[in-house]
Amino acid sequence: MGGKIGNPAAARVDGLPSETALTAPARSRRTWRRALRRPPAVAGAAIVVLFALMAIGAPYFATGDPIRTSWSQIRKAPTLAHPFGTDDLGRDVYSRVVWGARTSMQAGVLSILLAIAVGVPAGLVAGYYRGLTDQVLMRLTDAWLSFPFLILAIGLVTILGPSLINATVAIGTAATPTYIRLTRGLVLSAAQEDYVHGARALGGGDARMMVRHILPNIFSALLVQATVSIPAAIIAEAILSFLGLGVQPPTPSWGTMLNTAQQFLETAPWMAWWPGLAIFSLALSFNLAGDGLRDFLDPKDY
Amino acid sequence: MVDFLAQRVAISVVTLFLITLIVFTGVRMIPGDPARVMAGTDADETGLQEIRTKYGLTDPLPVQYLRWLRLALHGDLGESIRTRESVVKIVALKLPITIQLAGFSLIIAIGIAIPAGIFSAVRRNTVWDLLANAVSLCGVSIPSFWLGIMLILFVSVRLHLLPASGFVPFFQDPLGNLQRMVMPSFVLGAALAAVLMRQTRNSMIEVMSANYVRTAYSKGLAERVVVVRHALRNGLIPIVTILGLQMGALMGGAVVTEQIFVIPGFGRLIVEAVFTRDYPLVQGVVLITASSYVLINLLVDVSYSLLNPRIRVKGTADGG
Repeated sequence: MGGKIGNPAAARVDGLPSETALTAPARSRRTWRRALRRPPAVAGAAIVVLFALMAIGAPYFATGDPIRTSWSQIRKAPTLAHPFGTDDLGRDVYSRVVWGARTSMQAGVLSILLAIAVGVPAGLVAGYYRGLTDQVLMRLTDAWLSFPFLILAIGLVTILGPSLINATVAIGTAATPTYIRLTRGLVLSAAQEDYVHGARALGGGDARMMVRHILPNIFSALLVQATVSIPAAIIAEAILSFLGLGVQPPTPSWGTMLNTAQQFLETAPWMAWWPGLAIFSLALSFNLAGDGLRDFLDPKDY
Repeated sequence: MVDFLAQRVAISVVTLFLITLIVFTGVRMIPGDPARVMAGTDADETGLQEIRTKYGLTDPLPVQYLRWLRLALHGDLGESIRTRESVVKIVALKLPITIQLAGFSLIIAIGIAIPAGIFSAVRRNTVWDLLANAVSLCGVSIPSFWLGIMLILFVSVRLHLLPASGFVPFFQDPLGNLQRMVMPSFVLGAALAAVLMRQTRNSMIEVMSANYVRTAYSKGLAERVVVVRHALRNGLIPIVTILGLQMGALMGGAVVTEQIFVIPGFGRLIVEAVFTRDYPLVQGVVLITASSYVLINLLVDVSYSLLNPRIRVKGTADGG
């Protein structure tokens, strides 16, 4: 474990108890072992990666064209050629579920990135400067948070018009105040730490303090929040599309597929099975991975 | 404590004011000429001008805002473009249906989540705890509309146990009403129950490790007495806050649930208003939803500041 002479990682920690005196490869091995101690979280992360691959490589995973209709194949039960059956227009449900992953991932990830891009800087500024800036930003955030997430998203889609991009923007906008609040709270406590006072004593400017000293220390909490808000955003996109306010036909989306499926529950229940199962398993995997990540990043857990 | 209350009320008033600004600006940002929407497609230019002057659409925006605000404060939210009925009247007709749905969901959620959360916390790290956690994680992840569709598929289509959708007023047919409300209430309550259970568990775990609980145990009190009399009273305080904050999710969830089960409530009204581009109705409904959320949470804060001396004191000590 000691490492070769001249290894900077080993030299730097010379004289510390052996617990912390790990070379970089040993540390990463230990990190892996700690991660693998949580099978549900690992399984969740693996399924998330699988869905991500499916979203990126949709043309390769799909067995057919997701929007090609076939009048001779209307609402056929699952067979070998169509493992998930066909829908009311004779389209292959399996291929539509695969392409739907792209829609869902796109909406879920991009909307939360938008919320982070707006919310984190705003929260940093509010928590760092306090005073009037903070008061104004927090009152706005309060008002913003008073609109129920889904109702705000529906209202925004009304203004912007229904489409995937607009649904993504609407979900991102509706998720933003949560990030402002969270970041502000984290900054308030991080700004009291000695290392921040120390960096300031060394003459660090405001921007440097926020970006170099505070942000890295609140990063893990933000990451955990992202893993729980992405599944919520994915479900929100599905709901908007289900209501007809998101992705417009014929683009495959799990929400629109379920909307159509509801009319054929008696004759073609498989149309409702697969898109719903896809949303459920993707959201569950994200939540499992997020739970694991929270425990994993918790310093008390070492 | 008076300071704390005054501060909470002042913040709520500011929030409500900002909400009206956001809603007003939002509706003005909708593309299209409201006069043309009101007049219909076959109106000529003089007809449009007439409508613009009649509704004050040519006035500067701040003037329009103040006029709208004054009317709103007097309980006048304008009239629906489609039916010409007053928005307040339409909402008043739909609201009781959604309140019934939300009330049932709340009862189901609390009935499941709080006992399960307490049990999980007390029997921490047992099989039962693991099972309860797994169920609640599934509850958070399952899209409510899919749960609804699957319930309709199995309970109504396959087993013919309950009607798939629709609504009858309680006073017209109590049994029919309850039969139709069971599934929607369960669907809406399930998501809330999942969140609530996790919070109850966390909060109870924290309380159960407090010194006074250890003291109560070491006095030789029975576990049931310690949990119910000592731990629960303090453990439930954060739950009440969460419950208040979850009201927004409940209102949003009602939109979807009413859509699936074809319940003619508040939530279906929003979707209909959006689709028919009935802007005054959208505006009124959103305003009412956001304001009631603020008021509910103000009430929650005030009510437990009355119950919990620590919050009272803290509120006056550091000014929040």
